[in-house]
Amino acid sequence: MRDAREKIDGAFNGQFDDFRLEAQFSVPASGVTGIYGPSGCGKTSLLRCLAGLVKCQGTLSFRGQIWQDTAQRILKKPHERRVGYVFQEPSLFPHLSVQQNLSFGLERARRANTAVSVKQEDVVNFLKVESLLARAPQDLSGGERQRVAIGRALLSQPQLLLLDEPLSALDDTARKEIMTCLEDISSRFALPVFYVSHDMREIERLADTLLLMDAGKVIGSGPLTVLQSDPALPLYHASDSAVTISGRVQRLDEHYHLAEVVIPGGTLTISGQNLSSGDNLRLSIKASDVSFVSEPAPATSILNCLPGRIVSVAPCQRDAGHVIVQVALGQAGDGARVLGRITRKSCDRLELQADKPVYAQIKSIAVMR
Amino acid sequence: MEDILTTIRLTLMLAFVSTFILLVVSTPIAWWLVHSRAKWKEVVAAIVALPLVLPPTVLGFYLLIALGPQGPGGWLAGLVGGRSMAFTFEGLVIGSVIYSLPFVVQPLRNAFAAIGQRPLEVAATLGASPRDAFLSVALPLAWPGFITGAVLGFAHTLGEFGVVLMIGGNIPGETRVISVAIYDYVENLQWREAHLLTAGMLLFSFLVIFTTMKLTQKTGRASW
Repeated sequence: MRDAREKIDGAFNGQFDDFRLEAQFSVPASGVTGIYGPSGCGKTSLLRCLAGLVKCQGTLSFRGQIWQDTAQRILKKPHERRVGYVFQEPSLFPHLSVQQNLSFGLERARRANTAVSVKQEDVVNFLKVESLLARAPQDLSGGERQRVAIGRALLSQPQLLLLDEPLSALDDTARKEIMTCLEDISSRFALPVFYVSHDMREIERLADTLLLMDAGKVIGSGPLTVLQSDPALPLYHASDSAVTISGRVQRLDEHYHLAEVVIPGGTLTISGQNLSSGDNLRLSIKASDVSFVSEPAPATSILNCLPGRIVSVAPCQRDAGHVIVQVALGQAGDGARVLGRITRKSCDRLELQADKPVYAQIKSIAVMR
Repeated sequence: MEDILTTIRLTLMLAFVSTFILLVVSTPIAWWLVHSRAKWKEVVAAIVALPLVLPPTVLGFYLLIALGPQGPGGWLAGLVGGRSMAFTFEGLVIGSVIYSLPFVVQPLRNAFAAIGQRPLEVAATLGASPRDAFLSVALPLAWPGFITGAVLGFAHTLGEFGVVLMIGGNIPGETRVISVAIYDYVENLQWREAHLLTAGMLLFSFLVIFTTMKLTQKTGRASW
């Protein structure tokens, strides 16, 4: 069990206009925690409770500091919590220049004698907003505005950064640019980040930990991969279910333009485009791209065929004709988990069941980052 | 001519003092009307708006009683050795403020409402206390509303007639303002003086409105 000083623990209980929030969680106070769920499930309300922007009953502690304990009548105001909040819309102050927007939180942090660890020049370079400083928010594009909004939040010297679907109002180009920044933001500024999204692709790219929400409740929380491969949770049964795996490029094959990536329990061969040896990657493997054979096939175009051991076989909730098989890679079955969606008929024919050794054929692997 | 100048000076004085007090009083009322969740806030809004529909003589009548020797105004006057606040300059200021209140509260309320919660929430997450957020975000963003409110309050105070007549009467140098003076001049068939004052008011009003429109155009948002 982790020390409370390395965690964010919360239990919220509040009635909002159209639903009830009953959310309990305990996540590490480091890295990116994704908050994912269907729209209207209370993701934004949870984030607003974390920031103290709305009042609800319950408790919240951040690295051992009590931010809220309504039974003890403790409720820190938003400006006393030192949280950076980036809203869906950039919400820059229209009466201030870009520079003044950036300085808004910084000045107040200085006034409150907060140690300044995030410097203006770091943020300006990181988000590439140097050329915008003298402009007015009205003259910026949507993507530029959102970059300034992120910079403004970072410069307020937060202990926690909350991002509420910051990419949803942007076009694809702007989204890609900002995504690259967001990937590094947590490690670069040594800052725990909460990231709300209804887009699993974004979560797969960014999140280390996941809070899965539905109808105002947290229905699962933990490392992303664990939740993705839990048969009791909806991610496992989703039509685009997938698992995220971390790996490291070991060797590049110049001749075929391929890269060998070491993952827990095996080695994958993927396209070597834009990769170099030693890169740390985050890979995503869709359940629909994984099939199983009892013996390695002698001739196949599929490069990746890895031994593993079945962990679970569960009927697909959305489709009676299919089952989803969870396999732990490696001869001993102690490696990364992958999911494979196959027909129930194939499952019966291969007599797949828990603990049985199989080979997972992986047809395609996406490099998330 | 001396009369006219005294009247003009007194009227401007009344308008400036009233407008200043109106802005000070209306800001918290408008802010509260926008941000409070109290169920009875619409009751307060209706009371503030009452002078819009109330005949000035009705308002004037109640004010006369309130300011008179038997009312709270008389009691207040007693503190400084007076007998009544009716038929005094101070009484006129109180009457003007109450009468013009909706004309200042409404534009401010609109301006605060147009800002919405979001900029204040942003300010809070950036470490600004509610007071700080009000001063550094809400006030500058509501600026056009303040201009509009000030102009409407000022102009409305300049032009009030019924209430002034009821609680101020027509004492030169004390309570005799332009609108009452015009009426007097016409009644006494002093057309030259009446013309002078009315034409002056017309020109002045036009200039005020015109400048305000220019000002709020520049900042992009008028709130009327």
